[in-house]
Amino acid sequence: MTIDITVTINGRLYRASVEPRLLLSDFLRDTLGLTGTHVGCEHGVCGACTVIIDGDSVRSCLTLAVRADGATITTVEGLGTPEQLNALQHQFRECHGLQCGFCTPGMLMTGMDLLKKYPLATDDQIREGLSGNLCRCTGYQNIVAAIRAAAALRNETTP
Amino acid sequence: MKPAAFAYCAPTSLDEAVRALQAADGDGKVMAGGQSLMPLLNFRMTRPTMVVDLTKIPDLSFIEQRGDRVAIGALTRHADLEFSALIAERLPVMSAAMPHVAHLAIRNRGTIGGSLSHADPAAELPMLAVFYSATIRAQGPAGRRDIAAEDFFVSALATCLDPDEIVFEIEFPVLETHTGWAFEEVSRRFGDFALACIALSIETRDGAIVDARVAVMGVADTPLRLRDAEQALLGARGDAAAAFGAVVRGCVAPNSDIHVSADYRRALIGALAEKAFTRAWQRAAGGPK
Repeated sequence: MTIDITVTINGRLYRASVEPRLLLSDFLRDTLGLTGTHVGCEHGVCGACTVIIDGDSVRSCLTLAVRADGATITTVEGLGTPEQLNALQHQFRECHGLQCGFCTPGMLMTGMDLLKKYPLATDDQIREGLSGNLCRCTGYQNIVAAIRAAAALRNETTP
Repeated sequence: MKPAAFAYCAPTSLDEAVRALQAADGDGKVMAGGQSLMPLLNFRMTRPTMVVDLTKIPDLSFIEQRGDRVAIGALTRHADLEFSALIAERLPVMSAAMPHVAHLAIRNRGTIGGSLSHADPAAELPMLAVFYSATIRAQGPAGRRDIAAEDFFVSALATCLDPDEIVFEIEFPVLETHTGWAFEEVSRRFGDFALACIALSIETRDGAIVDARVAVMGVADTPLRLRDAEQALLGARGDAAAAFGAVVRGCVAPNSDIHVSADYRRALIGALAEKAFTRAWQRAAGGPK
């Protein structure tokens, strides 16, 4: 059994025929070659596979590709470019908010949604917001710093 | 690709969804937000032959006031409850609990109907349903029925639903006369399942409690409403926190597991009860909300 789906990803329209059991994370990486989205635990604990679906951060390993039919998705490839990082990516670079880089796509996509929905006025709020994303390198300090800096910048530009 | 193969349908009405479950003859599984079912599928801990996706059925996502109750559609997402002004005003304990429900990316997809039907004993929404004495409304081949929350949860991950019944909405009575409340939870990591959790709401008159509501979770196979603890609070005044903690400790008989021992859990729920009492009393006395 396969089902036809149409998905807009990073502004580009994709059509495919997929098995119902295909995970969105595997669809992005294996079918479309969009390997920026990382796959860690594959059961919703580590947050590495987080993408934005219709404006909300979502675990792509807990989403069937068939359920993305008609959706608009942003993956880490849709944020900035190496030449022109977006504001949050820029802060990750400035604050050294990554080491090995495995968790970074999920941290960025989660960070984008946190910046949209929460005041992030204290480090506690930032840490609570990041509690669903595991990093085994940084001890989180510089990731928190990067999001703190991005939140301060956001507050300057959107009063 | 980790789940075992299954057939998939996305019906556009509840009637059609129930028929699909009947046709699957006990081997069908309902998917709402999928945030509990997908890990089970990925681990192949469950291998349904048919997944019935509810998300194409219209009008199952809503939060509305109905007289002295708040009705919530089964497909309403946790994030919708978290950010709802109506929930904050009418069901403040639920509003306080929602940030503790997993993480933002999970709350963006997980639904109230899914969480109740999954019936994890350490999840917030099943406890809130018991706490508020909610009515859970389900549809099956024989039509619709109303189930009291306390009858709904049978054991860990088990409800009284038949395999071809689907929760479509939940009604929460508002505790209109209550002015003090608290929600306290401890988990290993913020957003993880609770080690222990308590919800408390009180009505006071002339400086004493005249009505109380108490529910706990994480300390038994199902969430529990503690009527003995509610009784013990009647007539209590602001100095009753320690006594309330002792009563709550005496009401539960938790098990040890890989996370903590039974003794730790019992001590923890008592400590949370004391904290909750103090917070609820402050609120009832007009202190900081």
